[in-house]
Amino acid sequence: MPLPRLIPCLDVAGGRVVKGVRFENLRDVGDPVELGAAYSDAGADELVFLDVKATLDARPALLELVGRVAERLAIPFTVGGGVRSTADGASLLRAGADKVSVNTAALARPTLISELANLLGSQAVVVAIDAAEGKAMSHAGTEPTGRSAVDWAREAEERGAGEILLTSMNADGTRAGYDLELTAAVAAAVSVPVIASGGAGSARHVAEALAVAQAALLASILHERPGRLASLRQELHGLGVPLRDAA
Amino acid sequence: MKVAVCDYGAGNVRSVLAAFARLDADVSVADTPAAVAAADLAVLPGVGSAASAMGVLRERGLDEALRARVAGGGPTLGICLGLQLALEQSDEDGGVQGLGLLPGRAVRLHEGRVPRIGWATVDPGGEAYYFAHSYVAETPAASAISEGIVAEARVASFVGVQFHPEKSGAAGARFLKRCLSPV
Repeated sequence: MPLPRLIPCLDVAGGRVVKGVRFENLRDVGDPVELGAAYSDAGADELVFLDVKATLDARPALLELVGRVAERLAIPFTVGGGVRSTADGASLLRAGADKVSVNTAALARPTLISELANLLGSQAVVVAIDAAEGKAMSHAGTEPTGRSAVDWAREAEERGAGEILLTSMNADGTRAGYDLELTAAVAAAVSVPVIASGGAGSARHVAEALAVAQAALLASILHERPGRLASLRQELHGLGVPLRDAA
Repeated sequence: MKVAVCDYGAGNVRSVLAAFARLDADVSVADTPAAVAAADLAVLPGVGSAASAMGVLRERGLDEALRARVAGGGPTLGICLGLQLALEQSDEDGGVQGLGLLPGRAVRLHEGRVPRIGWATVDPGGEAYYFAHSYVAETPAASAISEGIVAEARVASFVGVQFHPEKSGAAGARFLKRCLSPV
């Protein structure tokens, strides 16, 4: 099995990185190009960029920004937010993304997952699931779908998803620890890699998440002090988590 | 040093271009046989599906150009799908005939979580590189191994890697730099 991964996540709105608590009260925490480069240099294993207020008319600006972030990265780069078609996915890859993440549009039209996988390969298709009380939510966590996150993850894998990015909305931004129970349930239901997201407040939290998932997404814990990534890697080494040597 | 990155219309050619540009190589996209022939190093990158990639390579005459190049001793690097396409055969997409630059075939991964995504150590060398693949090379030409799978294979002037050096941080840059130094 490959080594566990630490993945800083840039939630981007209006060209800036933002972060909220439980998807609300978004605050500006920096420039995506600068933060992305800082994380790449500090030993991030990958970078995720989510356009949290994705709107169709802002698409050209988004592609331009994705290109500028990608130019500075020597690590894998996943971009999501508003991907509705294979054309959207292909244009993000052309702009410099290595993988695309889909969420709302896949819930509305699950065949989008297989269309993307056929065109780009499963390894480039991440299905993001925002879960509240174990149920998948759509439209950036604002609309309930009634579907169990575990069942939706299983269907996404069957349709060609190469990874599941599971965010617990209950834990998001709280820094009180990942939702280990839900993460473990999803990881047990699928055989593709699972990225745990939401709730990291300490190295121990991250270590707990990496015991049940293949990667951990990091946002609030890093953004106020991007240098925290290097110390976090050291603390995780101390806890026996086998991360890559990023030098 | 002129580097030509073969474009077969899929995937992220841009990240391979950016990685060589960071090493100050004179890198450009190649979509004609002449461009493949003229380079000091030709790169066959790899993202997407085997069948569509082979289809476009044939359509553009790049398959013959790559064979001729390797036959003439021209340094050539295959990355990920680029390694798998270099084999004689791939099981992907119901069976695809490869370029035959390397003996062997690409077979589906069955162990662990598939796609196999993440950083893994490669021996000899002991460095970790980024992998993202569902198929793997079975070849007697293996020259490096990662967790029991073929990470690198070489025959004559062709070297293929299963990992993505262009996405593998400092270790990947060191690997690409070695590809640029004359043998």
